[in-house]
Amino acid sequence: MPLLEGEEEIICNSVTDILGKLGTSREKLIPVLQQVQNKLGYLPTLAMHKIAENMKIPAVDVYGIATFYNQFRLNPPGKHQFKVCMGTACYMVGGNIALDSFERRLSIKEGETTPDREFSLERVACVGCCTLAPVVLVDEEVEGHVTPTRVDGILLTFETNGEKKTEEGTEEEGGSEV
Amino acid sequence: MKIATAAEHYAGMKAKAEQKINSLQEKTLIRVGAATCGLAAGAQKVKDTFVEEIKHKGLDAEIIEVGCMGHCYAEPMAIISKPGFPALCYGHMDEGLAKLLVEEFLGNDDPCYEYALVALEPNDIFPTFSDFPRDAYEKKIILEHCGFIDPEDIDHYLAREGYASLVKTLQMKPEEIISAMVDSGLRGRGGAGFPVGKKWTICRNTPSEIKYIICNADEGDPGAFMDRSVLESNPHQVIEGMLICAYAVGATKGYIYVRNEYPLAVQRVKTAIEQARKKGLLGSAILDSTFSFDLEVFEGSGAFVCGEESALINSMEGKMGVPQARPPYMAVSGFWGRPTVLNNVKTFAYVTAIIKKGAGWFREIGTEATPGTAVFTLVGKVANTGLVEVPMGTTLRQLVFDIGEGIPNDKEFKAVQIGGPSGGCLPEETLDIPIDFDSLEKAGAIMGSGGLVVLDEDDCMVAIARYFLEFTQQESCGKCTFCRLGTKHMLDILTRITQGKGSLADLDILQELAEDIKMGSLCNLGKTAPNPILTTLRYFRDEYEAHILEGRCPARMCKDLILYYIVPEKCTKLCNVCVGSCPVEAIYTREDGLKAIDQEKCVKCDNCLKTCPPEHNAVIKLSPPVLPEE
Repeated sequence: MPLLEGEEEIICNSVTDILGKLGTSREKLIPVLQQVQNKLGYLPTLAMHKIAENMKIPAVDVYGIATFYNQFRLNPPGKHQFKVCMGTACYMVGGNIALDSFERRLSIKEGETTPDREFSLERVACVGCCTLAPVVLVDEEVEGHVTPTRVDGILLTFETNGEKKTEEGTEEEGGSEV
Repeated sequence: MKIATAAEHYAGMKAKAEQKINSLQEKTLIRVGAATCGLAAGAQKVKDTFVEEIKHKGLDAEIIEVGCMGHCYAEPMAIISKPGFPALCYGHMDEGLAKLLVEEFLGNDDPCYEYALVALEPNDIFPTFSDFPRDAYEKKIILEHCGFIDPEDIDHYLAREGYASLVKTLQMKPEEIISAMVDSGLRGRGGAGFPVGKKWTICRNTPSEIKYIICNADEGDPGAFMDRSVLESNPHQVIEGMLICAYAVGATKGYIYVRNEYPLAVQRVKTAIEQARKKGLLGSAILDSTFSFDLEVFEGSGAFVCGEESALINSMEGKMGVPQARPPYMAVSGFWGRPTVLNNVKTFAYVTAIIKKGAGWFREIGTEATPGTAVFTLVGKVANTGLVEVPMGTTLRQLVFDIGEGIPNDKEFKAVQIGGPSGGCLPEETLDIPIDFDSLEKAGAIMGSGGLVVLDEDDCMVAIARYFLEFTQQESCGKCTFCRLGTKHMLDILTRITQGKGSLADLDILQELAEDIKMGSLCNLGKTAPNPILTTLRYFRDEYEAHILEGRCPARMCKDLILYYIVPEKCTKLCNVCVGSCPVEAIYTREDGLKAIDQEKCVKCDNCLKTCPPEHNAVIKLSPPVLPEE
């Protein structure tokens, strides 16, 4: 995923900051990664290289920890996140069908983010509301009994909301000119 | 002298708590079930509506959040106790019902019985839980208080004789505690069923200045959520159990290892620890005795294999969560090389109850080899989903058909999947085996952490086996070659079979690989990963053969082996629902006005089948995917 303008600087500063706070001894690796992710939302390749350099450990070890634990993500999260539950109960009643629909509509695979960083798609293990299966978490809101039609509905809501916002934005701009 | 102070200290604390709870009960009390499951179903909105309406009407009532009662099918739930009425529980709550209840029940003394689910106390008007069929089987030890007390207020637990077991413990010798555990026959509830008394004895007898207690709440099975539910609904019972354990083995420091995917559980446990510390129930000189113990929460980074104890400890030490060969056992050399007792959430919750009511009482429940109860998350194709606690020895049939009340929508029962990804699928003929560690293992499944998924005729056993293997394959830590490569190889074969490209020789390779992986893996993840395949091969071989020989998926679930078809005789020309529902515009209107599916375009999303009006039901799935001649 290409970095946005000015992102490189933010990454470097955050890493230096966090390393300064926690120190560079090896057992701090997981907490450092956790904090970097909290700050940036994900672990950019650049950040992992910086950490490896400063901790004087091979970059592959950092990458190893980052990919071993499910908590860490290597893609930036989208502005809106879809998490499709793939617990047993959801899978049984068509969780994969919902996931397919998202993948088809957004043209990305699970674990990826759309190029405009608007949406990201993930699969999660059981969110604990098996009675509503299949379940999708839309920005932490639970959507139950999700069919492909509902997927279209969810995306359409975001689209129309987005359009509304841009309209409002242009109106405001227009107003200031007058 | 010292002992008297501990008991006195506690008595004072408890009296205060009771006073507080009693004053709560003098006015109307609304308890909203707000564990993750309840919140997901909309409990927050229900609670907000209650608060708003009560304020709006100027009524005097108290609203608190409680945990999960285990009746997941009826979430969100609320309990209203109004003086003069039996405490009533309402299920399937929404904002409208909350509004109505405030107006009619709180305002006008009409409890709206038509919406009530159950009454909590025996009365002349409304049935109670004991009138439910499942109550005849249920025996609640761990879930006793869950859903009735406020997990974020220690006084609720204290008023229900919470921490009385700790006081009793402080008056006993550590050896007495351990022998009580041995006598009770309690076995660890993490899945393997190791005797708790034995583990504690080893730890107690290993000399060391520092010892640790770790509570394993790294519940990673998809479809199991009882540990989360217990921590969210009644964290103090677990903390009390850990205190008792620490006193018995001589530990001073403990950790609760919770998945970071359970933010609510993490927060509630932290609150509970804080409150216990304030009351002098954690920290140094607990209840003015010489016993000191403190607790901390460790947030796991999310790796299924970290449920294995040596992997869990590795990850706590900041390394990759990779299991190690044993011995030495954790009880001898665990966290930072010190003797460590590592038990599951439920195990610690049992400890509290055993000390309170005695080892003999516990032995009476369940079976000879496995005393006590089993907690299951009953999900899948079953009418009453939820969290159930039954004595060991209850049969699977009772669990599915009496407690769960059978399969919904007139479908045919096919199998139960028990024990999560490490468990197995058991068919109809095994339903009469009693539930305990040993019988289940004999049938090819395992007790595991207690996830129980009911499958019906629409579930393809090959696809289910593939689903679980996909999970374990992803979660394999990669240390042992058999587990790392063997599961991948098996997954490839299963994928091929679900695509209709398998051969009969594949089944023999699967069998062989499964046995090799079992033998060649260090930890239980690898040793149990082939279970879903072995059991389905053993009990549902005909389904594998149908996929391979006929290119047919009997349950019509495997995408590559089905096609969607609109039956011309059933299709009405007058509606366009399916056309609109299709995400890829594969459905068109034929020249004669009937609808048809362009098989080239169809992505098999199931939408048309769901949207076709039930009076027509014209869309069907065909397997093998061959279009009928017209």
